[in-house]
Amino acid sequence: MAKEIYSKYPLIKYLRKEALPTALCPGCGGGTVLNAFANAVDQLKIDPKDLVVVSGIGCSAWIASPYFLADTLHTTHGRAIAFATGVKVGLPDKKVVVISGDGDLASIGGNHLIHAARRNIDITVILVNNFIYGMTGGQVAPTTPFGAKTTTSPYRNIEHPLQISETVAAAGASYVARWTTAHVYQLIESIKKALQVKGFSLVEVISQCPVQFGRRNQMKEPAEMLRWYLKNSVPISKAKNMSPEELEGKFVIGEFVNRERPEFVTELNKLIDEVQEHFGLKGESDGV
Amino acid sequence: MIIRGDEPEQIRLIKKLYKPGNYFMQGNEALSYGALFAGCRFYAGYPITPSSEIAETMARELPKLGGYYLQMEDEIGSIAAMVGASWTGFKVMTATAGPGFSLMQENLGYAVMTETPLVLVDVQRSGPSTGQATKGAQGDFFQARWGTHGDHPIVALSPTSGQDAFWEVIRAFNIAERLRTPVVVLFDGVLAHTRELVKIPDVEEVEITYRKLPANEEEAKLPFGDPHGDGVPPMPLFGHGYFTHVTGSTHKENGLRDVYTPEVHDKLVRRIHRKIEQNRHVYEKYEEHFTDDAEILVVSWGVTARPALGAVLKAREEGIKAGLFVPKTVHPFPGERMRELGKKVRAVLVAEMNLGQMIIEVERYLNDDVLLKGVNKIGGVPLTVEEILREIRGVA
Repeated sequence: MAKEIYSKYPLIKYLRKEALPTALCPGCGGGTVLNAFANAVDQLKIDPKDLVVVSGIGCSAWIASPYFLADTLHTTHGRAIAFATGVKVGLPDKKVVVISGDGDLASIGGNHLIHAARRNIDITVILVNNFIYGMTGGQVAPTTPFGAKTTTSPYRNIEHPLQISETVAAAGASYVARWTTAHVYQLIESIKKALQVKGFSLVEVISQCPVQFGRRNQMKEPAEMLRWYLKNSVPISKAKNMSPEELEGKFVIGEFVNRERPEFVTELNKLIDEVQEHFGLKGESDGV
Repeated sequence: MIIRGDEPEQIRLIKKLYKPGNYFMQGNEALSYGALFAGCRFYAGYPITPSSEIAETMARELPKLGGYYLQMEDEIGSIAAMVGASWTGFKVMTATAGPGFSLMQENLGYAVMTETPLVLVDVQRSGPSTGQATKGAQGDFFQARWGTHGDHPIVALSPTSGQDAFWEVIRAFNIAERLRTPVVVLFDGVLAHTRELVKIPDVEEVEITYRKLPANEEEAKLPFGDPHGDGVPPMPLFGHGYFTHVTGSTHKENGLRDVYTPEVHDKLVRRIHRKIEQNRHVYEKYEEHFTDDAEILVVSWGVTARPALGAVLKAREEGIKAGLFVPKTVHPFPGERMRELGKKVRAVLVAEMNLGQMIIEVERYLNDDVLLKGVNKIGGVPLTVEEILREIRGVA
């Protein structure tokens, strides 16, 4: 049955067949993200041989690793971006992509996230924000909405969620966009832009977790969660004229930043060139 | 596929930059030059006393060689970036001290499980916690061995001088590359900051090893197999179209995760142990002085091995048959040699700058009829010749 479905999927060539079917729960937004990413790669005609995908720990970390057929590095919890930094320095001509969740990248990995944005290293991060720790059983996350119920906030969440896109934009990224899994075409376009930008790019995808989040917050059907996203999404242009009170509980979507800034690995190589020039180390053949 | 630092161009650059001869330098600097000679072209680190001069030397020298210095946001990010870079073909190193070493432990385990070559220098300082942050110690003997979780082997070396650090770090890189494994160098704050004579050799006198790369497509498809029977799989580097999957989770020979089949975990973890066990000849190293006729054996390592040698020499002058055994590879411990030596002597003194760590390893290889005693000192000041000699006299 599963085999039949996969054989009809036109982008199957991008997937690691021996790893299928996926371990994702029915109704999970992870499939949408994987599909959007595969579409973006396909539309840009990126050869998967020119891709390295890095992820951390958690449900969303599985989306592209192991399922996407490229070099994939599945790392420790929270550290995917730091691992990817080493990969990018070694392979500056490849597209280095990090796909992981909010708990992984913005909580335990928050430090690496803001510093990679500050450095503006040419890595594309697709951050899947489902407001919850899914794999460990639905505990409260730094992205859980104020007042929401989880297994470790059984009465209600009294902490305010981290605004990931706003934070990363402020830290200095070249490109930042936020969409939900209900905005698939916009999401694909943003992933395409992010992959092409020379610098640190982040695409935050608000994604449904009906099993761990929805079930405990009166939205146990995936479609209910998608309707919640659609109803509460506010385009960034409109949000600019709204007060914080009006924006409470809304999802601001769209492009936050799209700008050119000096990129880290380019600067690093420029520096090496200058130093070698300065010390008269340039030979007939450049060994770098 | 290339391993960075391998090109003839690099030999030309090293020859041009570092003239052979005698230099007066810090242990940390000597160690850094050793790393450069070994082919290290990627360093990711985070400053911490007493290791910082290694970062400073690497930041200054690496760009000249076309290499990369990255100052990461913390120690965890540093070792993570090293692993990423190693999979693209770099020889990689970081240096840290006790607290930073603690932070790196999780990813050290990741490097063991994913069989990623890297060199991690721990310039030991006095702890626990911030302790005496600027003082030397030898308290991380077991942190190197058991700091990360799970069943895992580890290789750790410990140099006894600046000159020794130059060569031992080269040996660390060679072992890491040959066995596709992380190697820890247990240096210490005293040697790190001691300035002494260091002889820099001609780069062509230095023997350098590079990791095994897959010979064909078939080998590349099994990044965690054992095609040569030595327990060491060839390493398919990223960016060459092999679609390699690397994970710290239990994985099959093709790299894909399988955490449910007991045999898969058993086979993988036992092989990782076996490759270290069966390749003992690659890394085992120790020094001996006057052990042929010794009745009293001093065992010591790292910085303390030097006053220990002084004490043994003085004891000999006094007619005491003392000898010295210095494990240079401290993990896996040279237990067989220790056992042989233990049969010939009546007393063993273990001298170290801690309250007794290596002594626990030594004890495992001694019979009950041998008198075993620790010579220990903490407080950030190394043991002196006199202090060790006094203990030798005490058991003579």
